[in-house]
Amino acid sequence: MERHNIQYQTVHFNLNGKDVERTVDVRASLTDLLRNDFRMTSVKKGCEVGECGACNVLIDGEAFNSCIYLAVWAEGKRVRTLEGLLGPNGELSDIQQAFVDEAAIQCGFCTPGFLLTAVEILESGKEYTDDELRKLLSGHLCRCTGYENILRAVKKTMYKRLGKELPC
Amino acid sequence: MSKSVGKSVVRVDAYEKATGRAKYMDDLCDRSALIAKICHSTIAHGFVKSVDTSAAEAIPGVVKVLTCFDVPDLEFPTAGHPWSTDPHHQDVADRKLLNRHVRYYGDEVAVVIAEEEVAAVQALRAIKVEYEELPFVLDAQEAMKDGAPQIQERYPNNLLAHSDLRRGDYETARREPGLIKVEGWYDTPTVQHCHIENHGCFAYEEAGRMVVVSSTQIPHIVRRVVGQALGLPWGKVRIIKPYIGGGFGNKQDALYEPLCAWCSTQVGGRLVKLECSREETFVSNRVRHAIRTHIISYVRPDGTLVARKLEAFSNQGAYASHGHGIVAKGMNAFPQLYPCPNVECDSWTVYTNRPSAGAMRGYGIPQAMFAGESHIDDICKAIGMSPLEFRRKNLMPVGYVDGFSKNELYYDTFNQCIDKALEKLDYRKKFEEYQNQTGPVRRGVGLAVFWYNTAVWPISLESSSCRMVLNQDGSLQFQTGETEIGQGCDTAYSQMVADAVGIPLSDVHVVSTQDTDVTPFGTGAYASRQTYIGGFSIMQTALALRERILAVAHRQTRMPVSNLDLVDGQIVRKSDGRILKSLGDLALESLYSLDDSRHITAETTAQIKSNAYSFGCSFAEVEVDIPMCKVKLLRLVNVHDCGTLINPALAEAQVHGGMSMAIGYGLSEELRFDEKTGKPLNNNLLDYKLSTFMDHPALEVGFVENPEPTSPYGTKALGEPPACSGAPAIRNAVLNATGVAIDSCPITPHVLYRKLKEAGLIEE
Amino acid sequence: MYDMKALYQAKTVKDAVALRLAHPEAQIIAGGSDVLVQMREGKRAGVELISIQTLDEIRGVSMDEDGTLRIGSLTSFSHITRDPLIQKYIRVLGEAVDQAGGPQIRNIGTIGGNTCNGVTSADSASTLHAWDAVVELTGPQGIRLQPIWEFYLGAGKVDLREGEIQTSILIPKESYENCFGHYIKYAMRNAMDIATLGTSVNVRLSADKQCVERARVAFGVAGPVPLRAGTAEKLASGQPVSLELAEKFAQAVKEDINPRDSWRAAKDFRLHIAVESAKRAFIASVKLAGGAL
Repeated sequence: MERHNIQYQTVHFNLNGKDVERTVDVRASLTDLLRNDFRMTSVKKGCEVGECGACNVLIDGEAFNSCIYLAVWAEGKRVRTLEGLLGPNGELSDIQQAFVDEAAIQCGFCTPGFLLTAVEILESGKEYTDDELRKLLSGHLCRCTGYENILRAVKKTMYKRLGKELPC
Repeated sequence: MSKSVGKSVVRVDAYEKATGRAKYMDDLCDRSALIAKICHSTIAHGFVKSVDTSAAEAIPGVVKVLTCFDVPDLEFPTAGHPWSTDPHHQDVADRKLLNRHVRYYGDEVAVVIAEEEVAAVQALRAIKVEYEELPFVLDAQEAMKDGAPQIQERYPNNLLAHSDLRRGDYETARREPGLIKVEGWYDTPTVQHCHIENHGCFAYEEAGRMVVVSSTQIPHIVRRVVGQALGLPWGKVRIIKPYIGGGFGNKQDALYEPLCAWCSTQVGGRLVKLECSREETFVSNRVRHAIRTHIISYVRPDGTLVARKLEAFSNQGAYASHGHGIVAKGMNAFPQLYPCPNVECDSWTVYTNRPSAGAMRGYGIPQAMFAGESHIDDICKAIGMSPLEFRRKNLMPVGYVDGFSKNELYYDTFNQCIDKALEKLDYRKKFEEYQNQTGPVRRGVGLAVFWYNTAVWPISLESSSCRMVLNQDGSLQFQTGETEIGQGCDTAYSQMVADAVGIPLSDVHVVSTQDTDVTPFGTGAYASRQTYIGGFSIMQTALALRERILAVAHRQTRMPVSNLDLVDGQIVRKSDGRILKSLGDLALESLYSLDDSRHITAETTAQIKSNAYSFGCSFAEVEVDIPMCKVKLLRLVNVHDCGTLINPALAEAQVHGGMSMAIGYGLSEELRFDEKTGKPLNNNLLDYKLSTFMDHPALEVGFVENPEPTSPYGTKALGEPPACSGAPAIRNAVLNATGVAIDSCPITPHVLYRKLKEAGLIEE
Repeated sequence: MYDMKALYQAKTVKDAVALRLAHPEAQIIAGGSDVLVQMREGKRAGVELISIQTLDEIRGVSMDEDGTLRIGSLTSFSHITRDPLIQKYIRVLGEAVDQAGGPQIRNIGTIGGNTCNGVTSADSASTLHAWDAVVELTGPQGIRLQPIWEFYLGAGKVDLREGEIQTSILIPKESYENCFGHYIKYAMRNAMDIATLGTSVNVRLSADKQCVERARVAFGVAGPVPLRAGTAEKLASGQPVSLELAEKFAQAVKEDINPRDSWRAAKDFRLHIAVESAKRAFIASVKLAGGAL
């Protein structure tokens, strides 16, 4: 059997604020590109079919499962991963700190995906009810936390950013 | 002295995990790794006649295709139990690396090693396997019948094990006039752990030894199993456990570490990675035993239990894995939880052509509690007694001692937990209010308690080792064989170490990675044992370290040891409380002293010959939409007595996770199989209904902190107990809402539709 | 890494049509949430793909001069839900696609992909059927319009001809004007699920809100393709609004639907749920339209 000709393409995109380019095998998913070429360990593989949310990244501000997103589609996009949230001196962002403080992290495998969806929620600048937050976060599966402390962390940060008191 | 234990300190690994920097198995694997992928059986039972690998081998990038005809002729056990030197107590060795006799749909037939993933996947599709098909059986009771398909050659009627338990005289006692007989059959499903990180590992040879980096809960046990499976001396095997993305018992088995290691040996010791897909995780790792339980109770009208019988049939699947331990644990709990003078119990573990069942959070108790606690409410319904009062009357009394484990109920735990939970839920009022509703949408409340114990003594060895190594600055490294898999034990250990040694928490550096070449021996994460068991070795090792530190302090300060103490990282003279020097200064001086250079360390093994009861309860409130056949869980409250809390926030978080698992068990999760082929139908996260963020109410948790007398820290099991009582509480709430007793879980709309129709609540 | 033979990326609709003609064996990929999953499963392994993912010209919702609502085929579910025109004229469609998968799936999943898959469980499908949607297909001969029920040929099969791609979904003015609808997704959990049954009902009431002028109902998973329940629609047409009518309407859906037994759900169960869902969706639609029951 012949080895078929691998098709390559150069992709230019903005990754966590920096313009980058890479020549990729067109068969690669964005997860493959971010994990293998950029060694971004925050992008996790949990199911590879868009059911668990562990590989979630933000593309032009919206959450996407990078496992079912072709790497070449990133052309011209602004891609954000969890690595981009950290301050220059390693400071945690408010939502990361809230996950830490609310014990919303256990095994840590779903955490990066949840954090990025939380960023999309928080950056909308809107106030959501608990039910709305549950729906907005429902694209991620977690087996450790029962989602409870994740909800608390997102809610707390939402109110803080809105300059409001956290309701009891 | 500032105490760490009892405070909700932040997890020691929180920063690494919140930034995505924590490195899990695949993050550590070099990108040069060869990729191994497994060719799984596409029949439920039969023999492999031949495997044609020629087309697969011709695919560019394929390095090697190995089949069940190539593997060493060695059968090995996989269960994550401590090994026994007594052959009668060793785990059953009933599988090879790849199997010619395939015993379930998904069994391992061949393996491809390729330079890259796509070539490996293409090769899998190009492998042609010829089978001699045999009849198969999926149901445990069917598998026990004469003439059923024989799954494991050495086990007639597929009976892996049977055990029984007798108290008093059931047959005579049940004849007492006036008794009410309550009988039920209760079914629990095959479910899977669904940790978000699938199991995977990579292996390579270094200096003539085999190194495996694996997503496992039990590195020291896996080392032994890899040795057994490959015929290697155990010292030639090194297992490394990095950060783990959840385990829940699935990774308390040797999964594919032996196969991956063997693959490496077949390609000259090159680096080979074997990662399970989610689909493989569901079918070809481990699952929870589906158990069918038959209970008969003879009760006096006043609620006194006179005679009880239990028969439990545990569906083992194709290979023994943890085997009979699971159903036996549930059976042993039966006469303890509700003591009754006349009891007859039997349990059977039966091979079937389903995926192998192993350990899963709760280890037989979620099944036993679903059956037992559902049955209690069935008794209450039959005799017209409130489920609350019946339990108060019959539950294990204070002072009860189990003859075998010597476990004692030291406190009025059940009543304390129940009181706390019922107050949160306003149970009594609601229970009355919800009787005799008539509309299409009805509400109900229910409760269930659970029995649990801590660790595996006296069934098996319990020991734990740890090492503390003092640094120049007075901080220390702490290492143990017990593993962090997400539950938070590294943090709890740090707190315990800080207090026991007498140093600030920030001076404890816990080594999260277990490396069997370096890490002291310990059997790992299971049986809700680690905080309890680890506590013994931490206390013992800390005392040894303190003794050495104070001996050095004596040499450095010329004060007698009896007048010295180590408090908060300072050497203190007890008589006047004066700080003589910091531990850092002491350590620095000790290491670099020209006349007395010493490296201060301590390492000990603690033998633990005790066990501890860990009890609690769940209270649920549901809304049943009868025409839509749906149960909506409105509230779920769990209250636990796990002794003194080491870290309340992490303890609460553990309970949340267990409750979530119980919700899925009660309402939605079930791995299903095609009756015609034995093929799994829903082995993916879309079709297997793990509960999502939108399927939960707020989870409410309470604790009763009765210090456990046998533990140096007053602690006992918490990891597994939260998964045990939620499902029957939900079931009993549905009973309260509708009057319909459902004898199986999960209570899906499909089940509810049938049962509501039978009860006449839904018209044709 | 996907087992893909080749990837052709269309830059314009014209380009896509040319690629379709040049590579007739190749399959179209829009958002990827179905195609890539099936490729990984092995169902579509080793095939060539034509990616139309970046064709912004067929993304977004607009209104034609004649009042027809035009939904570009690449519009994602989340954008449909948030779109002001959808919210104003066919809110139920936004609500229906807001129940597909989870948020990330709704960001990648497109209405074109959802319909071109031809699956009966698609969350957009029953509502599009119930609102007489028209599919716009662009091919070498130009544009072809087709009612949505004709577009669905059978389970997993749609009428996408040589060289064609689907470019828009159209909702005619006559269809949406003064119409109010409700969708019930019946699934085994509240997120990340496929429908066990999808029920979409909409009504137009008389000016005094006393009578049903027109009622439409369509189901997903009640047959191999999404389908309308004409008997129930006829029965309700012109009738005074009442709970009895809701009940009769719901019972009548059984005349037209034909769910099957599968491991996912039994036929009798699906029938039962269809009746109850039709009743509830009818009542909800009437209330949205300002009717009192």
